[in-house]
Amino acid sequence: MWRYLIPAGVFAVLVGFFVVGLHTDKQTLPSPLIGKPAPRFELPRLEDPTELVSSEQFAGRKYLVNVWGPWCEGCQQEHPALLEIARRGQIPIVGLTVPQGALADLQGNPLPLEQVLSEIQLGLRWLSELGNPYDICLFDQMWKVAIDFGVYGAPETFLIDERGFVVHKHTGPLTIADWERDFVPKLGREGGVDG
Amino acid sequence: MRALLCTAILVAFASPAFAIDPGPAFDDPELQARYERLTRELRCLQCRSETIADSNASLAADLRRQLRDLIAAGKTDEEIFQYMTDRYGDYVLYKPPVKRRTLLLWMAPVLFLISGITAAAVVIARKSRLPEDDPSDPGLGDS
Repeated sequence: MWRYLIPAGVFAVLVGFFVVGLHTDKQTLPSPLIGKPAPRFELPRLEDPTELVSSEQFAGRKYLVNVWGPWCEGCQQEHPALLEIARRGQIPIVGLTVPQGALADLQGNPLPLEQVLSEIQLGLRWLSELGNPYDICLFDQMWKVAIDFGVYGAPETFLIDERGFVVHKHTGPLTIADWERDFVPKLGREGGVDG
Repeated sequence: MRALLCTAILVAFASPAFAIDPGPAFDDPELQARYERLTRELRCLQCRSETIADSNASLAADLRRQLRDLIAAGKTDEEIFQYMTDRYGDYVLYKPPVKRRTLLLWMAPVLFLISGITAAAVVIARKSRLPEDDPSDPGLGDS
């Protein structure tokens, strides 16, 4: 009797593991930043790289940080959703514009200025062609701030609260359904929708 | 012909040994060795099953650059791992840390070994309880 029951039991346990495994999302990694202060940053504006913008400027209100780049297909996919979120005007959206990889050589030296400027041009053209949902876009040439945010692939979207803490992170193209399910309930807390 | 084949095989096996970056990150061989060791302990989060030493994804290149900066700034291994896990979580470590959540993972080989030994012991004990010259049991059939 046992000689049949034991293998059948082991098989059932294995199937159980497989079923659970099939239904777990293994693409999205949990961010260790949730519930912690968002990284501080100071970056040039995409529209005018001579102007430096610091995270201090957003202190005291909720805002979104959306990591995107003109090379990124998922960003194009989520773009209409971002435009809709911007149209609803519930929260300012800060764009963190990143190149496909840091514009630097192995020694960490930035690439020539022309190359950086052409990357910025690509970003600006993207915004003028597809519409601009961002209140401000900051250009992270070296991926420094993106790495501080633990970005592993654009697009990624972070919700930051009045205290400057990361409240939520969405990895991959954002949809209006994601927005309403995961973000909107977190907007109302502390100080209302418009912060 | 055989020599040609051998050469072809050798060449095929030699290519993965090339470094992924065009030049060494450090001139100092000691720092370079440390850099190479650490790149093999950090995971590329874009490709998941590769270390940042093996991956040519752009994120891996950026993490290698960051690692180089941290080493150049005189950070210890612990500080570097802390820096990476603060941003990317434990998943960035190619070797998962021993924690309560990962205990089962780490203990699994020992558990499998114990269950294997137990099963073997049970079977051997059962077989040895059979009479040596039982004509009804040829030693292969039901015990």
